[in-house]
Amino acid sequence: MADRFESIGSVRDGLAGVDYLADEAIAGVVFLADRLDKPVLVEGPAGTGKTELAKAVARWSGSRLIRLQCYEGLDESKALYEWNYRKQLLRIQAGEGAGTSWSDLEDDIFTEEFLLSRPLLEAIRADEPVVLLIDEVDRVEVETEALLLEVLSDWQVSVPEMGTVSARRVPLVFLTSNGTRDLSEALKRRCLYLYLDYPSVEREREIILARVPELPGHLAAEVARIVRSLRLLDLRKAPSVSETLDWARTLVVLGVETLDASVTESTLHVLLKHRADIAAAARTLRTAG
Amino acid sequence: MLDLLAGFVGELRAAGLPVSLTENIDAMDAVRFVPLDDRTVFRAAMAATLVKRPEHRPAFDAVFDAYFAVAPFAGGDELDVDLGALLDDALRSGDAEAISRVARLAVARLAGMEEGRGVRGSAYVFKTMRMLDVDGALARLLAGAEWLERDDLTGAGLRLRAEIEAEVRRRLVAERGPQAVARSVRRPLPEDVDFLHASREDLTALQRSLRPLARRMASRLARRRRVGRQGRLDFRRTLRRSLSTGGVPADPRFRRPHPHKPEIVVLADVSGSVATFARFTLQLVHALAGEFSAVRTFVFIDGIDEVTRLFAGTDDLAAALTRVHEEADVVAADGHSDYGRALGTFWARWGREITPRTSVIVLGDARNNYHAAHADVLADLRRRCRRLWWLNPEPRSYWDTGDSIVSEYAVHCDGVFECRNLRQLEAFVSQIG
Ligand SMILES: Nc1ncnc2c1ncn2[C@@H]1O[C@H](COP(=O)(O)OP(=O)(O)OP(=O)(O)O)[C@@H](O)[C@H]1O
Ligand SMILES: [Mg+2]
Repeated sequence: MADRFESIGSVRDGLAGVDYLADEAIAGVVFLADRLDKPVLVEGPAGTGKTELAKAVARWSGSRLIRLQCYEGLDESKALYEWNYRKQLLRIQAGEGAGTSWSDLEDDIFTEEFLLSRPLLEAIRADEPVVLLIDEVDRVEVETEALLLEVLSDWQVSVPEMGTVSARRVPLVFLTSNGTRDLSEALKRRCLYLYLDYPSVEREREIILARVPELPGHLAAEVARIVRSLRLLDLRKAPSVSETLDWARTLVVLGVETLDASVTESTLHVLLKHRADIAAAARTLRTAG
Repeated sequence: MLDLLAGFVGELRAAGLPVSLTENIDAMDAVRFVPLDDRTVFRAAMAATLVKRPEHRPAFDAVFDAYFAVAPFAGGDELDVDLGALLDDALRSGDAEAISRVARLAVARLAGMEEGRGVRGSAYVFKTMRMLDVDGALARLLAGAEWLERDDLTGAGLRLRAEIEAEVRRRLVAERGPQAVARSVRRPLPEDVDFLHASREDLTALQRSLRPLARRMASRLARRRRVGRQGRLDFRRTLRRSLSTGGVPADPRFRRPHPHKPEIVVLADVSGSVATFARFTLQLVHALAGEFSAVRTFVFIDGIDEVTRLFAGTDDLAAALTRVHEEADVVAADGHSDYGRALGTFWARWGREITPRTSVIVLGDARNNYHAAHADVLADLRRRCRRLWWLNPEPRSYWDTGDSIVSEYAVHCDGVFECRNLRQLEAFVSQIG
């Protein structure tokens, strides 16, 4: 199978080209996923760029992004495929009216036309290169997790009425999880594991510059440092990268030129979502001068 | 290389990491594609294939550092450089190069490492830090610093310490080989840390893994309450739905069962010997408060006091626990655990508030200092509540030795569990929801 990526450096540069700032470790794991043909399980706190990583890889490599958004109760019919009952029923009713025999009808209604292909089957049947994003996999039940594992191991799906479909080309797969529950050991064994923590001050500054280019450079550095320091406080919910970016955009809109304690305090609600957290941060700002 | 890798994986396993055969093979495959000389990438590749839990990462890093250490600093001491000035510059700038240069020079000049001396690395690190007076330099720089600068400086200080540790380790590895060094830094994984014998570092690691654990457990409990969510078939709704498919019930509907949340009362021995255990268990229970319809907490030594209010409306459980120790009225006589007396007082004052919906959890080692057991109180309690459990942080083999009277109480409990570490605590909590 042809490799998609040339080198770790090319992954990092390519992602930077689509405004995703990866460090060496992230780029290395993405590169390895391609070489070893293994899915990547990405875990970490909210808003650290897990979902965005898959999207950015698709964008940069020109692959089609197929997304399976997980939720509790997601089952085979929503993940893999299902038969379009309504359409089948209508067809049967029409057929009965016209006197079509049952066996002809049966041959007819279990065909492509009546199949609703869901993301997993879609990824397997695709002709073009695919990035498959299985987002928030920790939300599905254990049985669905087993189904995912099966698909990720065999890359084929059997539709009893139609036969087995195999992938022409193994998609690059990203699974994301917020760690609200332990995934099965079997699934973890199947995957490469990438823990996305909050970025370093330096990388966060670059992320801000890439995503909010209107913000003056010296403010981007300041924003990154302040967010770093807020994360060191013992908060209910530390600010995520998305909140950093929201804050940066707010500062642009307000036309802020120097970030002093009073500007920071009056815009804290963009960064922090709990009242207790805002109060704690404001206290720190005031005493820390 | 493959030999080195085999030794590395062996050591990871010895440190308690569950590395499977598949993962071992993946790591060997990965080696073919990543440059060995780029430590960051190589480390990431090994971690991606071998470690699948963030709590295990520190243990992984310790072993990795021993097995894939680069050669220690070989240059002689640059005698003319002023280490103190270099240190200040490095801390102020936070520059990685500058920090690692100070670390290498300082270890060469100050650590006093000699071949053949079987001292643990931490002694050399300590000595270097003290001779270099890192704390003193930091204190000086921090004095005039504002908020953000303080965090910059503290961060630089931590990175310097890590660099010094790394340099000491490199030298030890060069002399004694990776395996010996990896062994000397081996620590229990956070979930295996024994509550009763935890060092300060262990406690920090424990504390850090508590939040994610609580989150995991909360969603597990919530999920379990919802199972059977696809309960019985709802005939009427299914029929109504079928109107749109010409009367064919193509889309069956189900009734939702009514979830119920248990009501929890915790009685915790907070005397010195078991305080750590009580601390973690109370934190976990309160972090899970949303999964129970009510949580009430009582702490005791020989007296007993309700501290539920200290946990109400705060997320800072650590602070709440500190207040528990300061404000709770837990000493009635001599300040040594007296289970009989504490349980008796509880029953007399709060017994009427126990109902058939209440699950009671007692935390303690049942070391009663040879006081009277008053186990009959527990029998009364058991008759009135839904469930009665006892969690004991001592190894099972110590139960009923000396002044431990577990069995006298156990006969009245629905279960007595050995609960020496987070792993066992998690196993217990996941079955009470
Ligand atoms: N390395 C990065 N480079 C550029 N942008 C980033 C990076 N990391 C995060 N972001 C930005 O942060 C936002 C949040 O990222 P994303 O939605 O991927 O987070 P997540 O980890 O999937 O969060 P959640 O756990 O809440 O799903 C994205 O919109 C993206 O713009
Ligand atoms: Mg996401």
